[in-house]
Amino acid sequence: MSDAIVLKEITKRFKEVTALKSVSLTVAKGEVFGLLGPSGSGKSTLLRVADLLETPDTGRVEIDGETVRADSKDAFQTRRRIGMILQKPMVLNRSVENNLVYALTVRGWSEEESQKRVDRELKRLGLEERRMKNARTLSGGEMQRLCFARSTIFDPALLMLDEFTANLDPANVALLEDMVRNYASENKERTVMVVTHNLFQAKRMCHRVALMWDGEIVEVADKRRFFEAPEDERTAAFVSGELVY
Amino acid sequence: MALEISYDVIQVTLLSLYVSGCATILGSAIGIPLGALIGLKEFGGKGLLKTITYTMYGFPPVVAGLAIYYLFSRAGPLGSFGILFTPTAMILAETLLVIPLTTGITIASVAEVDRSVKETVKSLGTTPRQSVLTVMREAWVGLVMAAMIGFGRCIAEVGAAYMVGGNIKGETRVLTTVIMLETRQGHFDYALGLGLVLIVVAMAVFFFLRLLQEKELL
Repeated sequence: MSDAIVLKEITKRFKEVTALKSVSLTVAKGEVFGLLGPSGSGKSTLLRVADLLETPDTGRVEIDGETVRADSKDAFQTRRRIGMILQKPMVLNRSVENNLVYALTVRGWSEEESQKRVDRELKRLGLEERRMKNARTLSGGEMQRLCFARSTIFDPALLMLDEFTANLDPANVALLEDMVRNYASENKERTVMVVTHNLFQAKRMCHRVALMWDGEIVEVADKRRFFEAPEDERTAAFVSGELVY
Repeated sequence: MALEISYDVIQVTLLSLYVSGCATILGSAIGIPLGALIGLKEFGGKGLLKTITYTMYGFPPVVAGLAIYYLFSRAGPLGSFGILFTPTAMILAETLLVIPLTTGITIASVAEVDRSVKETVKSLGTTPRQSVLTVMREAWVGLVMAAMIGFGRCIAEVGAAYMVGGNIKGETRVLTTVIMLETRQGHFDYALGLGLVLIVVAMAVFFFLRLLQEKELL
């Protein structure tokens, strides 16, 4: 199986803080990969580097075998192949329908094509009747579902999720996790990278998991081995809940 | 002298609206994109540029008038255009006053847009131009506010309008300059009446802009 994301020796500093210390990581195509770690361990920064929202100080990012730089003029072309969902549901100040249309029109989809796809998504989301309502009037769960739909409506091969259920109730967490699972299983080429500090979520969703600690990756392993027989003592402490975070 | 809604009053009012409206449109067309660029781009000297822009909020109208007067006076570098003492010169002078306001308010408005909105827009694969336009749309309320404040400055302005317009009856006389003239001549009631017209006109325009501001851009 080829690699969807390759991160090579990534270092990133924010003033006096080194958020990433020569981190290398490979995520295979078709994989649901989890990045676990306590707050401030650098996992969100690593995801932002992979999503080309942050330019690393050193190191290389490869997406689908192509080396890309976040600060290059054509980085947006690569970002168009990636769906990203942030922790805070962030909808644009426009209708539910136009939040979805937006993701397609920036990609140059025709009005007719966009409308068909948007109708299908609204039906799937159960938001058909609220299509003309301002998206900011939706509940937190609905907004995050809308964000999910907006990030996947153009069929990206890569989906990146940053604590995407952190502020939601259990019912919405289950619903969104299902949406991600379905999305990933519809096409074997689709890759998902999930940043979470929720052990159970990583267990439920991921094929492979990595633990980040103080800007470094401490361990990467298959889900079963990661949770049942971790090699690193920090991973063992983290999965057993002994580490306070 | 009681105020009558005469042909003169209507003409002066319409010219006030025309000059202020054109200056607001021109000043917004320049200031809003400029403010968005300054607000959203990172570059050296950005802080200084912002400080200069904010300082220019207090740009004296007579200095704007003087600049336009110098440029377009017969001996000036652009004297051949022959626009001094015409509404066009008044529009240009007032545009100079509007630009710092629309630029500065736009800088503040786009900076107010949540960082995660900017990030979300970027993550959706927008080109830099698409990103800027989307953030500007998110800052819609602030941008309309910029135009409102710009219009407010123009409609109430007298120094620059007088200097480059000359207060010529039937040609460059606007509400503020005629109020000044009537007051000097001792026609206080008439001047007060015109003042009332000025306030009503300004309020009507603000009301319209407020509606535009509150309109949900769905």
